Amino acid sequence: MSTIRKVEIHHLTRVEGHGNITIRIQDGKLIEARWEVVETPRFFEAILVGKKWENAPWLCGRICGICSIGHTLASIRAVERAFGLAVAPEAEKFRLLLKHMETLQSHVLHLCFLVAPDFLGTGSILPLIASHPDTVKLAARLKMLANQACELIGGRSLHPTRTVVGGFTMYPERAELAVLKDRLAAALPELDVLAGLFATFMIPDFRRETEFVSLQGEARYPFLGGDLVSSDGVRRSEDDYLPMTNEYCVEQSTSKWSRLSRPSFAVGALARLNNNYSLLTPGARATAERFGLAPVNHNPFMNNVAQLVECVQVVEDSLLLIEELLATRWAAPRQVVKPRAGRGVAAVEVPRGILYHCYEFDDEGRITRADCVIPTSQNHANIQHDLVVMVAEMAAAGQSDKEIEQRAAMLVRAYDPCISCSVH
Amino acid sequence: MTTMHSYLGVATPAPRVAFFELSSCEGCQLQLLNNEARLLDFLALVEPVNFREAMDERSDDYQIAFVEGCVTRDDEVVRLLKIRQQAKILVALGSCACFGGVNQLKNRFVDPDWARRQVYGDFPVATSPARALEEVVTVDLRIYGCPVKKEEVERLVSELVLGKTPFVPKYPVCMECKAHHNLCLFELGEVCLGPVTRAGCEAWCPSSRMGCWGCRGPSEPANLAELAEVAQRFGVAAESLLDRLECFGGFAGAAAELRQKLNNPGGTNSSGGQA
Repeated sequence: MSTIRKVEIHHLTRVEGHGNITIRIQDGKLIEARWEVVETPRFFEAILVGKKWENAPWLCGRICGICSIGHTLASIRAVERAFGLAVAPEAEKFRLLLKHMETLQSHVLHLCFLVAPDFLGTGSILPLIASHPDTVKLAARLKMLANQACELIGGRSLHPTRTVVGGFTMYPERAELAVLKDRLAAALPELDVLAGLFATFMIPDFRRETEFVSLQGEARYPFLGGDLVSSDGVRRSEDDYLPMTNEYCVEQSTSKWSRLSRPSFAVGALARLNNNYSLLTPGARATAERFGLAPVNHNPFMNNVAQLVECVQVVEDSLLLIEELLATRWAAPRQVVKPRAGRGVAAVEVPRGILYHCYEFDDEGRITRADCVIPTSQNHANIQHDLVVMVAEMAAAGQSDKEIEQRAAMLVRAYDPCISCSVH
Repeated sequence: MTTMHSYLGVATPAPRVAFFELSSCEGCQLQLLNNEARLLDFLALVEPVNFREAMDERSDDYQIAFVEGCVTRDDEVVRLLKIRQQAKILVALGSCACFGGVNQLKNRFVDPDWARRQVYGDFPVATSPARALEEVVTVDLRIYGCPVKKEEVERLVSELVLGKTPFVPKYPVCMECKAHHNLCLFELGEVCLGPVTRAGCEAWCPSSRMGCWGCRGPSEPANLAELAEVAQRFGVAAESLLDRLECFGGFAGAAAELRQKLNNPGGTNSSGGQA
């Protein structure tokens, strides 16, 4: 009689938030593989109801410690679109620059602190301090640069203090911006060294065809607003996000799940890159080519490489943004806000994928309804489907429990899940 | 067991420390990985043996436990009690752990199930009112802030490791704000809880021209009556003052009183569960 093999991971490590993996295999056949989210809900969408508009960005940034800048900017955009408020071009540029620096910080944290230990055979970055000191120092330098840039523009590296509806409370000095530009230029060769390290890693060869959802860029690789697009050919306006997200509740997760044209879809760096490859900056494109990453890539582990490509992308684009900012005069950083009744939707690309905030207001600017659709919640179903197919393949190939456990953890990690954010 | 490390050239015992998170955004733990220039020195102060967000290894043998987040579900009570049993020193890390943080805003609804229905509809999801750690267990040290400030964490952890009494200011943020030569936020037309909020953040928000939201809770003493007068003198709406007082849970008593005073509490009729 054959026994049932079990692989159980309680509270997966090196990810944000609480998730479990349960796998059962018998006679080389997969019986069950489940990705469970057990995070506690915090009810942000209810908390916002009755609150005035100015509370929204401040509270919503607290949905997530890692992408708080993205949440804050999405929240601000939703309020401004509801009130029909357009900020000055330089405010838009500062927002994008801030967004870029959060992306860099988040991607470097994920790639170096959470993912690299898997490929270097350690359980965390701590042993790498002794074995790979140069890599750890490089990672710390890049992360520090990104965090300091967030402090310079947003007031601090998380839960920003200068970003408000109507613009900013204050801007940095031009001289400080010029220094940032020099530091960013010097980061490009550092990112090249990091790419060199990742080029030595054996990225698992796994493929499952899926649908990729992201913003569609026009002239620039997209981050703040615009049309919504899927690799299966769906295209909708920003306001029309609900048919793009289709949230529903599932028994195995306190986070909602999403679907579009298939049982699941993916968002994140790989989705953005698959849908906007032609908009990559030259260095980013060269990095993608170095790893043979071209659209449409269906290997979820390549999301790590896509993040690496985006590190180069956001640094190169930031250099352009700073040049544009330094070449123009800036108006007062903050505009007067005139609330009105209505609905505002924002779609923003945050490190882990497309994020939506939608608020409805009464005529005094109090929130009567709020909805936030989080990137990781959109990815949960895709993780589940990947897990089933990948583990079935590994079980059929006779791989050990240990190999399966490690690869399953790496699969979830490749999505860079922000689990508490997905439950919010 | 305690191993010896060296910090800035001085031999120090490196206590075994563990990091845990309950209901939170995990931003305070992220802060621990910031201040990269001093990160290696900071890590040398302690021996991390349990830090799920950053490492695979997990040990239940630790001396100091840092707990981020508040309690919002029964299984978190069980986890917290177990941590309390193990740790010699339990540190509440950040506003959620100290006061409930933004999560406790859901407690303001009269019908505790209204928030769940608003988000999940008929789908059953377990939850309980948000509680600060000290409503469940004894807390030995509070590190305030949303988020915590890494420089303050570094100082407090050094003091703990070296056996000194951790210094936590009692005076208000206003003191630090003046020392930074900032313009008063009230003069700029903003609301600010700086006069009544515990200092230690170096007036983080006011220095960016954002009025204080009281994330570090009340100073000792906190003259709330005077603050209400100042706010009135500068034409600040009572609702705006309430938004700040109730935001992080540190002023829960004063906020509940003010909410009761305002006869249009949630300001909306659409949300049957409003306080």
